[in-house]
Formats: sequence, structure tokens, C-alpha cells
Amino acid sequence: MKAIEVKNLKKTFTLSAKQRAAKKTKEKLLVAVDGLSFEAEKGEIYGLLGPNGAGKTTTLRMISTLIKPDEGDIFIEGVDLKKSPDECRKKLGFLTSDLKPDEQFTPDYLFGFLSALHGVPGETAAKRKKELFERFGIDKFAQTKIANLSTGMKQKVSIAISLAHDPEIIIFDEPTNGLDVLTAKTVTDFLTELKEQGKCILLSTHIFSLVEKICDRVGIIINGRMVADGSLKELTAEKNIEDLFFDIYKREVGEE
Amino acid sequence: MKNIWTVLKKEVKRFFSDKRTAFASIVLPGLLIYFIYSLMGSAIEDLFAPEEGYQPAVYAVNMPDGMEDVFKNMGIDAKYTLITASEADAKKQEISGGEADILLVFPEDFMRKIEEYDPESGLAAPQVEIYFNSAETESQNAYILFESALNAFESSLSNRFDINAGGGIYDLATKEDIAGKMFSMMLPFLIIIFLVSSSMAFAMESVAGEKERGTIGTILITPIKRWELAVGKILGTGCLSLLSALSSFLGIVLSLPKLMGTESSGVEMNVYGAQHYLLILLIMLVSVLIIVAGMMLLSAFAKNMKEANMYTMPFMIICMVIGLSGMLLSGKNLPLGIYFIPLFNSIQAMSAILSFNINGAAIAITIVSDIVYFGVMIWLLTVMFNNEKIMFKKD
Repeated sequence: MKAIEVKNLKKTFTLSAKQRAAKKTKEKLLVAVDGLSFEAEKGEIYGLLGPNGAGKTTTLRMISTLIKPDEGDIFIEGVDLKKSPDECRKKLGFLTSDLKPDEQFTPDYLFGFLSALHGVPGETAAKRKKELFERFGIDKFAQTKIANLSTGMKQKVSIAISLAHDPEIIIFDEPTNGLDVLTAKTVTDFLTELKEQGKCILLSTHIFSLVEKICDRVGIIINGRMVADGSLKELTAEKNIEDLFFDIYKREVGEE
Repeated sequence: MKNIWTVLKKEVKRFFSDKRTAFASIVLPGLLIYFIYSLMGSAIEDLFAPEEGYQPAVYAVNMPDGMEDVFKNMGIDAKYTLITASEADAKKQEISGGEADILLVFPEDFMRKIEEYDPESGLAAPQVEIYFNSAETESQNAYILFESALNAFESSLSNRFDINAGGGIYDLATKEDIAGKMFSMMLPFLIIIFLVSSSMAFAMESVAGEKERGTIGTILITPIKRWELAVGKILGTGCLSLLSALSSFLGIVLSLPKLMGTESSGVEMNVYGAQHYLLILLIMLVSVLIIVAGMMLLSAFAKNMKEANMYTMPFMIICMVIGLSGMLLSGKNLPLGIYFIPLFNSIQAMSAILSFNINGAAIAITIVSDIVYFGVMIWLLTVMFNNEKIMFKKD
């Protein structure tokens, strides 16, 4: 059974006048995701690679149940997301680099809050919190308000609280965006650990080195379409991922 | 229910986690209102009350003999200086400069002229001129005293009948009537203002704040039902707003007698019983739910707190205008149908409670209809939490 199965996913947005002006287009509709299909297995990291506006975040949001696809199907460990979104939510963890945890709270409180919403029993939540807080070095700051933590520590807290319910499938939108090198390394090491634990990790990024370092499979998205999908080994048999990406981009868009 | 409680606790905890914010939002408004209104009341009283034992300095031109006794019999204790008509201009200057209080200018042979005056002749009646300075408290007070004394003197000349001259108690209003009239006009308006202003920040933070930080996504990806989230947020925020409004309410109830000068005029606040306060609290409770839910619905459209502020401001103004209806319609008999109008019903119900005209049906309609509106608003907020365009739009 596949951890994530995406079939012919499609999402169209209506552009506001302001958005049309910013994109210099008269088109009222924007096809953000156009017939996207891919699969990801447990115990692997699947990287969605693409330029800004390619449809990566929209895809991840659809998989994480935040937005609904116009067409297509998503299955989470065989469960149809359209039919049983709540069941899927229990299996999913979602983290975006845009997340800024509420600065009035402590990491300890936020972890407890999200554990409760996910329905994690108290004892299990306490054990999980201990593990994650120790792993990220948050334990010393567990009772410190988020406002008083460093940017890197805040990001680590975001990761810990997003994984409070120990999900089998973890979705990261630009996980290392804006992080200093030390925190970025902690995050990438953690992703590898999660993979080794048998979790399925789906991440979006435009950082080639990150893809080369940790991803097992890669999907390249341009203009909402999947233009390449395969194992990192297969895709980079002849050239590195960066060169491959730009070749494909040139072919699809006609410019660099 | 467990999820509602979790969200409610988080909303309340967020606020109480910062002692300074909690103090500034809950304790401080009540304290500030109490001290500011009390100070204002004292200042106003001092401004308009004459100094105890103060004798107005009165200058008079052509004042008839015996007039001083007339004034004295009417309870006016003043120092009189008789001057000539040629000195009047100099005294006017002194009054203008605040050095003298009042100048009375009688026509020559005033008593003879009024005796001879025939009102049916069509000729102008003899005139008494009173010069004073309205910017000076003592001068203004002296004017009021002498104007009413001379009016009474004028009435006594015909002396066909007297009004309320028997020394009895003629104002049959009870303490309840007097307090009820005053508080039913003022308090409902102030209560709504407190509820709206305290709800604004909490409601905006609860929805627009979560959107701005991106934490709404983290919550929406949990298995919590959207309606549970809506109810938890409204109830949590409602509790905070109610606490803040109660603090302000307490401040105003304690300071209003001072502000309105009722302490000296004998109007008492303790005319209300527990049932009145309980009913007011009940109306405040249903009103706060409507206000918080309204603010949250508007905040949900905003991308951030700044935008939410912009969206909720017109709502605040509408609430204030509705609040004014309590002043304008206080004491009027209104049809029961108007108690179906949200907020307007709360204002009118509170006004009725405070003026001791409790109408059970009106209060029941207010509470039940507000609960129904609240249910509709929860449904709307649930729809909005489910609406990806509203929750995740960028422009």
C-alpha cells in the first residue's frame, strides 16, 4: 500500500484584479495544478522540485486537506481523502516555513494543545514531547515563551508541535527556508531519521543540494504539471539534478 | 465537546499568559473608568458649585428700598453696593474681568412704574437688567439666583395663586424612578461600548492573528471539526470580553453617581436588586456572543490584524449607533417585534431592566433570538473555516 497516492490532481484559482495585474495577465483563471499524479512510499523522502508558482504549495495543501482539489484523487495509506478527511488528518503532519507559533505560549503548552486536538492520550503525548524536545534541544526552553526564543529554536518548535501526534506521513513545505545553516542541518538530519523510522516524507523545495542530499524520489513540477518523476538515481544518471532541472525548464518554458 | 474546551482554554490561556496584558485589559479599564469618572464628577461639581458661604458681590443701580429684604427672604445672602448709573460701565468692566459678580440695573422709580404699568396698554414693561459673566462660576450662580428671585417677585405682584408654596414634597418620583431614568439612559449605551471595544482586540487576534501567523493551518489539519473550532473560539473570546466589560461596568456603576453629581442630589445606586444585576448579566452574555461572533466573521475575511482592524471598525460604529437608541428611546413603549433585532434588543432590554419596566416576553425574545443568531453565526464561521479562499487567500 502506497503512503501517498495522487491521481490526476487539478486545481484552478480565480485571480483577483490585483493578482491579474501582478501577473500581467488578463486571464481570470489560473491553473495552479494540472493533472498531477505521483506516489510516495513509506520509508522514503519524496521531493517536489519546482520554481516559485509551480504549484508545489498548492499540491501539498491539497494533500494535507487544507484545500480541496477540483479534480483527481488523493489516497493516504489507501484512505480516500475526499471521503474520510478526518481519518487522513490523523495520519498526516504538515509544516510550512511560513508558520510562526504564537509567541504568547510556551513550547510545552503548544505541544499539549496540538496533541489534545489530535486526540493523543496524555501519557503518549508526554513521552512524545520528551523525545522530540530532547531531539531538538527544546527541553531547556520548554517553559520559555516562544517570543523569547531564537528564530532557529522557533522553527524547531514548529516542527516538534506539528509532529506531536507522530504522523506516518509528514509534509514539509520548504522546510529549510530562511533557516541558518546549523538549524537547517538539524532539520535535514531529522528528516533522514524520520525516513529511517519508516515514515513517508513529502517535501517541496527549490534547493537542489537538499534534494540531492536527502531525497529518494523526485518530482519536478513546472506550471502545475509533473514534467519528471522518478528515483533520484534514475533522474541523475546522466547529469546532476540542477542541470536536469534547467534542461527541463528550458524545454517546458523556453527561457531560463 | 473536548475539542471545544481545548480551544476555549487556549483562547483564555493566551490572554492570561501575559500578566501585563491581562491587567491592562481586565483590571485597568475598570480602575481607569472609576478614577477618571470620579475625578471628572468632582471636577464638574467643583466647577459649578459655589464656594460654601460665598456671598455674591452685587452692585445695584436704582434698587428700590426693601428690595434687599425681598431677596433675603428668598434665601439670597449677598453683599449689596448701591451705585449710580454713571458708575455702571466701570462695574460692567469689573464683572467682565471677574472682579465683581453681578450688576442689577433697575429703572428709576421702579416700584411706582410697575404699579402704574398696565399690561393691556401694549407699552413695554419696566425692565430690570442683570449683567453677569457666564464664564465665572460665582457670577453665573448669582445670575441664576437673582433671575429666579426677580421672576418670583414679578409673579407675586399679581398674586392670584401660588404653586407648590406649601412646603410639602411635591415631586412624587421614587428613588427608583430617579435612578431608573438616569441609568436606563446611560448604562445600556456604555455597556455595549465596553463589550464592543473589549471584544474587538480579542476577536481579531483569535482569527486574523491565527491567519497572519499561519497557525490556522496547523489547527485546521487536526481532526477538530470546524464548528467545534468556531464555538471554542467564540466562547473563549466571549469569556475574555465579558470579563473586560464587567470590569468596566463595575467601574462605571461605582463612579456614575459621582460623575452625574447624584451623590449630592440624593440619587442612589442601591435601588437595584440581585435580580436586576442578574438579568443585565444575562443580556450582556448573549450580547457578547453576538458581538464576538460578528467581529470574528469580519476578521475571518482579513489576511492580518491590520486588515481585520479595518473590517471591524464599521461594525463598531454600527454598534455605537445602535447603543445610542437606548438614550433616544428610553422609557418609550416599543412593540415586541423590535426585540428580534440583535443588539438593539439588548439595549432596549437593559434599558427596561434599569428603569424597572421589566417585560418578561421582551427579555425572553431578546435572549432566545440572540441565541438563534449566535447559532447562525457559528454556522457562518464554520463555513468560513471550511472556505479555502477565505482562509488561505493571499490577495
